[in-house]
Amino acid sequence: MTTLNSKVPKGPISDKWTDYKNHIDLVNPANKRSIDVIVVGTGLAGGSAAATLAELGYNVKAFCYQDSPRRAHSIAAQGGINAAKNYQGDGDSNYRLFYDTIKGGDYRSREANVHRLAEVSGNIIDQCVAQGVPFARDYGGLLDNRSFGGVLVSRTFYAKGQTGQQLLLGAYSAMNRQIARGKITMHNRHEMLDVVKVDGKARGIIARNLITGEIERHSAHAVVIASGGYGNVYFLSTNAMGSNATAAWKIHKKGAYFANPCYTQIHPTCIPRSGDYQSKLTLMSESLRNDGRIWVPKNLEDVKAIKEGTKKPTDLTADERDYFLERRYPAFGNLVPRDVASRAAKERCDAGYGVNATGEAVYLDFASAISRYGKEQAKIHNVSNPSEKEIYDLGKAIVEAKYGNLFQMYEKIVDQNPYETPMMIYPAVHYTMGGVWVDYNLMTSVEGLYCIGEANFSDHGANRLGASALMQGLADGYFVLPYTIGDYLSGDIRTGTISTETPEFDEAEKSVKDQLDFFINNKGTHSVDYYHKKLGNIMWEKCGMSRNKKGLEEAIQEIQEVSKDFWKNVNVPGGLNEFNQELEKAGRVADFIELGELFAKDALNREESCGGHFREEHVTEDGEAKRDDENYAYVAAWEYVGKPSEAILHKEQLEFNDIELKTRSYK
Amino acid sequence: MNLTLKIWRQKDANDKGRLVEYKVTDISEHMSFLEMMDVLNEQLINKGDEPVAFDHDCREGICGMCSMYINGEAHGPDKGVTTCQLHMRMFKDGDTIYIEPFRANAFPVVKDLVVDRSSFDRIQQAGGYISVNTSGNTQDANATPISKIAADQAMDAATCIGCGACVATCKNSSAMLFVSAKVSQYALLPQGQVEATDRVLNMVAQMDAEGFGNCTNTGACEVECPKGISLENIARMNREYMKASSQG
Repeated sequence: MTTLNSKVPKGPISDKWTDYKNHIDLVNPANKRSIDVIVVGTGLAGGSAAATLAELGYNVKAFCYQDSPRRAHSIAAQGGINAAKNYQGDGDSNYRLFYDTIKGGDYRSREANVHRLAEVSGNIIDQCVAQGVPFARDYGGLLDNRSFGGVLVSRTFYAKGQTGQQLLLGAYSAMNRQIARGKITMHNRHEMLDVVKVDGKARGIIARNLITGEIERHSAHAVVIASGGYGNVYFLSTNAMGSNATAAWKIHKKGAYFANPCYTQIHPTCIPRSGDYQSKLTLMSESLRNDGRIWVPKNLEDVKAIKEGTKKPTDLTADERDYFLERRYPAFGNLVPRDVASRAAKERCDAGYGVNATGEAVYLDFASAISRYGKEQAKIHNVSNPSEKEIYDLGKAIVEAKYGNLFQMYEKIVDQNPYETPMMIYPAVHYTMGGVWVDYNLMTSVEGLYCIGEANFSDHGANRLGASALMQGLADGYFVLPYTIGDYLSGDIRTGTISTETPEFDEAEKSVKDQLDFFINNKGTHSVDYYHKKLGNIMWEKCGMSRNKKGLEEAIQEIQEVSKDFWKNVNVPGGLNEFNQELEKAGRVADFIELGELFAKDALNREESCGGHFREEHVTEDGEAKRDDENYAYVAAWEYVGKPSEAILHKEQLEFNDIELKTRSYK
Repeated sequence: MNLTLKIWRQKDANDKGRLVEYKVTDISEHMSFLEMMDVLNEQLINKGDEPVAFDHDCREGICGMCSMYINGEAHGPDKGVTTCQLHMRMFKDGDTIYIEPFRANAFPVVKDLVVDRSSFDRIQQAGGYISVNTSGNTQDANATPISKIAADQAMDAATCIGCGACVATCKNSSAMLFVSAKVSQYALLPQGQVEATDRVLNMVAQMDAEGFGNCTNTGACEVECPKGISLENIARMNREYMKASSQG
């Protein structure tokens, strides 16, 4: 076991990034023209990085598996993006955003990275407005904000319930400008299947053209992975169907350490699953917790009556309801961070209070908000002695204006009207804080190989706060990587074009082709989805919202069995040299199986509860997560040595010089 | 419920293509349309047949990837939804459902229900952006107030997901709704004014070069648009185009 060097610059935390930028090596514009950079993934991180690197003058080769870079799953982010602008004058600052993010991450992120993130957050909003992103505004024409969980200020900028879409289209438009100028060569419907290393440095990738099946070699002076998270290891998640960990996992197998895979975010407000055929889960924005109150019945008889249909949730009086978040966490109430809210819902459902047929649902109720807004509106409009109906109608109009599109989405899926009966929600896998280990420069443990956005591990510790994913993706791509990668590439100005006709490319291409050949020729008995669902089930049951030693050991065993069965009996129809979606999935699921095993191993190693990682053995007397700072205030970065079970642990000790380590309390 | 499906099968861009009949049984009304397609594909794979290729990704109506023409309507019979948001409760037991790709000359079929919409990307590359470098040295975001009405209207136009339902549903295969959504977003904002002339001229020229048809004000695109993009945007683009042309 070695200690990892995070390459954090010396000096006071608020000067580190500025000093760093003042002292790095630069590449002159003429030399940039002879340097190539590969960017894999075109979400907020990859799209913004590709555009910015091209603007700077590098030749960018960008790749995405979708039919257009505009479809990357960043597009589905609903609620908003954080920035320490303090436009509301409510006491926000870079320091406070830094502090909230460290605390929200349960003191498991790297201070210097998070401070840098807070420093550039304001610039992101400036940049996006300049690009024409239509953020919500107030009647004075200035930008509007809302609140998200885990913080006490309003710093979230938003564009209706489609903030991710608008920010991604902003990055996409910046890319388009560079594609038109020939500075980005865009490869749509291409999937990276391996990285190529030459003399220890990342010098290219092997990619499959998903339409023709052709295997292609692409070379560059540096490779940037921005392929998103691995939430689909659970099969069911709020990720897109195609979201996958292949690029991140392939680089792991070529030497990039994989950090903290057990840190997974289970989002509290998702639509519960309805049957075995379910293919994905749908998120309801965290913004709903601004006005929705979460509850289950106080008495088990009422739960039974609701399930049998003899009672409706609206029949229950306030006394008969248990608003469990407000009860347990009076200071933050329904706006506790995601991990806390999810576990509290699970605790109630495990105790038998779940309100739907599967017993896995709690209510998210807007009746109080409708009544509160209704009374307020009646005053504003001088309605004296308003009837209940008048109050309801006035209040409903306000709720509709705020959340109309989300309510409509819920009704389309569930076929129930959430204005009349409370929504049913349950936690679902949403985001992965773990990922490829990177240093302060966002470089992995392989030289010249970078990892940005959700795909890396760096900024969110053990739990991410709402509206911070968009911030990190764009910070990495627009404002951090373009500096740090320049420092590295300044050593490559005399290298010249990297040839793809070398033994290293031959070898990488051969191993990619061998695996594809295997899948096509195996002619097994079960579909790829059969295995993916099996894996997902193990992950959810044993590596889900709460974990214990016994379950994790079983999980490792069971995943190894799935792996054996998969490599023997998987059935992939169709041919190699054609559009073949089953073949694409087979490779992705093969990687998820290995990742799942490392995930369980990491969760087993971490004998503490922190953020999204909750070990049943480590709880306080009142059932809250219990951290062990003395022994586990480190990043667990795993080195691949042939099998996930044999991965070697490397530790990066986390140092907290500017924030005091405290028990996280939202009470 | 039990259903008969008549699905367009086409091996690749050069194949002629044909409708093939399939049966699915025990479909729950709570399934999404694409989950029904998953059931069919699992059935086909287990029988040793090739599954039906179709585009899909987010399955929550925002990525714009899914693109089926169902019983003669882009994204099927429900209003304001993409194919992935369509639920089987819109159908009844014993129904026969026709499933085809989005059809247009500018959207060639890749395989089965998958089409190539890269023409949309090329139109965006012709001018669907504001030329500002991502240096972080732009002015403060609140330096220029923008009226709430303009910002909201720009947002309404900007919600276009680029799925192509407007083109698929138009008798002329016109892309006017798609192109006008982007032109409108920038036309409504102060940031978009500097390049307004070139933008509209270049985007329209590229739209024509890709082989999309003209607009004859039928309005089918607005009816079928899953995001409710308004025809007003086409009127605004025409105005922008006239203005730009007269400035020559």
